[in-house]
Amino acid sequence: MTQKSLLTVDARTKRRNAAEKRFKAYGLGAICVAMVALVILLTSVVSTGSSAFQQTYVTVSVPLRADKLDKSGVRDLDVMKKVTTIGYTRVLEDAMTMAVKDLGLTTTLSDKDIGRMISKEAAATVRDAVLANPDLIGTSEEFELLMNGRIDGYFKGRVTMESAALDNNTSPQELQLAQELADIGVVDTKFNWAFFTAPDASDQRPEAAGLGVAILGSLYMMVVVLVLALPIGVAASIYLEEFAPKNRWTDVIEVNISNLAAVPSIVYGILGLAIFINFMEFNQSSPLVGGLVLTLMTLPTIIISTRAALKSVPPSIRDAALGVGASKMQSVFHHVLPLAAPGILTGTIIGLAQALGETAPLLLIGMVAFVREYPAAYTADAGLFGEASTALPVQVFNWTQRADPGFVERASGAIITLLIFLLIMNAIAIYLRRKFERRW
Amino acid sequence: MSLSVSFLITVCLAGLGYVLAIRRAVAVSGGDIRTLAALPRQYGLNTVLGILIPSTVILLVAGLNGGGGSAGTILMIVAGVTFAGSLLRISPTQRARTEAERWIKLILMAASLIAILTTVGIVFSMLFETRNFFHQYKWSDFYFSTEWAPNFRGNSSLGIIPLLWGTLYISFIALLFAVPIGLFAAIYLSEYASRRMRNIAKPAIEILAGIPTIVYGLFALITVGPFLRDYFAVPMGFGDSASSVMTAGLVMGIMLIPFVSSLSDDIINAVPQTMRDGSLGLGATKSETIRQVVIPAALPGIVGAVLLATSRAIGETMIVVLGAGAAARLSLNPFEAMTTVTVKIVSQLTGDTDFASPETLVAFALGLTLFVITLALNVLALIIVRKYREQYE
Repeated sequence: MTQKSLLTVDARTKRRNAAEKRFKAYGLGAICVAMVALVILLTSVVSTGSSAFQQTYVTVSVPLRADKLDKSGVRDLDVMKKVTTIGYTRVLEDAMTMAVKDLGLTTTLSDKDIGRMISKEAAATVRDAVLANPDLIGTSEEFELLMNGRIDGYFKGRVTMESAALDNNTSPQELQLAQELADIGVVDTKFNWAFFTAPDASDQRPEAAGLGVAILGSLYMMVVVLVLALPIGVAASIYLEEFAPKNRWTDVIEVNISNLAAVPSIVYGILGLAIFINFMEFNQSSPLVGGLVLTLMTLPTIIISTRAALKSVPPSIRDAALGVGASKMQSVFHHVLPLAAPGILTGTIIGLAQALGETAPLLLIGMVAFVREYPAAYTADAGLFGEASTALPVQVFNWTQRADPGFVERASGAIITLLIFLLIMNAIAIYLRRKFERRW
Repeated sequence: MSLSVSFLITVCLAGLGYVLAIRRAVAVSGGDIRTLAALPRQYGLNTVLGILIPSTVILLVAGLNGGGGSAGTILMIVAGVTFAGSLLRISPTQRARTEAERWIKLILMAASLIAILTTVGIVFSMLFETRNFFHQYKWSDFYFSTEWAPNFRGNSSLGIIPLLWGTLYISFIALLFAVPIGLFAAIYLSEYASRRMRNIAKPAIEILAGIPTIVYGLFALITVGPFLRDYFAVPMGFGDSASSVMTAGLVMGIMLIPFVSSLSDDIINAVPQTMRDGSLGLGATKSETIRQVVIPAALPGIVGAVLLATSRAIGETMIVVLGAGAAARLSLNPFEAMTTVTVKIVSQLTGDTDFASPETLVAFALGLTLFVITLALNVLALIIVRKYREQYE
């Protein structure tokens, strides 16, 4: 037998050490892949979406001539309403052409082409302003108007001279003129507040589309979920954790709850469609139905986290309460529940965040509909939360289905908004946990 | 009388009952409330619950039946009777606290029944419409036909096989991606990583779990799809579709990483330290210990985690709606657009729906099939995980 030194590493040990290193590297590699995926995901969404928070406007003086907008001259609103947005489009076309001429710019574009550089939405903006204040007619009023989606895209780098040459909706000359106007300062890119307040816009005008209705709808649904899921979830957890006898029946409930937490979300959509809309005849696309479906979906999450919170309260607290004469119910409501409250709250917020981002079930209950009216919280006709609405994630889906490339930017911008909401909710949850967490 | 008005009156009656019950309790005590079996406000609470709970039950039952007819009147009668009854029953020997708590317990029990009702609702809503569907369309054609071609003028072919194939193919690719990465990440985090690294990496991976699926869907649509098409599918001659099995599978894989890793992490941590110490004591390296002792011991739990991830992948909707395409196809090419059960549920139930035609009703049959498959996977996973837990407790 040859003598071996402990100090020299033999081939077998080397192999084993190499395997050890490799194994460790695989683990590290896996974590890196997950991190890289996260970074790519976020940067891709942020880089396509951040431009949605900027919008290009043109400031132009519009002569509101009485012979075009109110021929009768009586300033009667009903008569004035007969002038449609098409009439106003012509007025804007003239105003734009005149502005270009006044600024001393030369262009080969026809008046019509200059006119279409302004968004189709602008005519409605001016019309609303005139109808709100008929005295404007006959004067020249300065308006800040949306530019067309292509021009807007040019200032954000989405549209180039090359792509414009192939595009029927714009031309390099228009971009050229827009650039000259921007150099003078008539055309300007600003923060897009309208993105958060304006309703959705039709397929032709991505520049006007906003999240107002969707944010409102999501808010209503969150109210419904909070009002229903929190009390029901807490009550169910208290029963299962503190009162239920351990028998087969409660075992069924428990297996059932952990199962419901893993049921695909789209199945809840089918449930909502069949029960709430077809059977109970609630309004389609209403935040009420959406909220009910999301409530059923988040209940298991809330129950599971509430039970964990109740379980973490030590039995000595209950025993002490019972020892001084409290009933079982009093010991739970006066002592255990307040101590478990931070945990319950954290679980509820996480459940709400989950509900806020859920899309699939809402598609089935008709929330994909095109809604331009802000839904009222209560109306006599539709009842509480009964008016048609959309929701944030559904609006994203909706925009991905549109043809105009401007909507991709809008969808990504909406995602950023959604993620910011989720971030805030999760941050609150983490803060609450840190602040109130108690180790026994 | 309308239902909502009578319920409003009932609520007011309950409020009045609270005040009156306290007064009456004090009165029957003869000035010394120590002679009462419970505190005056507990008499009040008992009265409120005694009025409100029966009325709420009637409200719900009547509401479900359309709320017409004499429901409002019945509600008023019940409210009046319970109001008078609870007040008249008050006496120094009445155990108001115990009675009130019995009512509260009833409420708690009803709340826990909602979970059961949800399941019943899911099953019945789908069973009912699925039965209608199978009256119009042969079940054997649905389950065994390989052609999916819905046609709203009638005479559609509604075979589930191509949809199931797409679903399983995408889930397979997703798991192929997520299981090794998730598992290795879990192993590294629980066995190798320093405390600091764990504190950073674990929440970062969990961020992936908190991102809504619509975000992943958009990611598949605008980034991964075009990337795979331009750099893999087209140069390699696999076709030129941006939405493909690969796109959806890859993105779904990313979504499942935190799911697999956090479940496996829990399971690996549950393996007793003594087993590791024994193996290390015999001279095994750390990786040998993990491969030959920890993983085999945790295997049932890991299998359970993978089954849960599979059920997640099969039921996932938004990623496949945006990433996989809409064409029902039986093909092996992973760069081709295929479709899944969930995509077809969405497409058959959105837009113009006619609940008499098989083209709409098929969605319920698809939903039921999906529900049964995921239910079976979940139950199996739960049983395995439970068994495994008992082993080490």
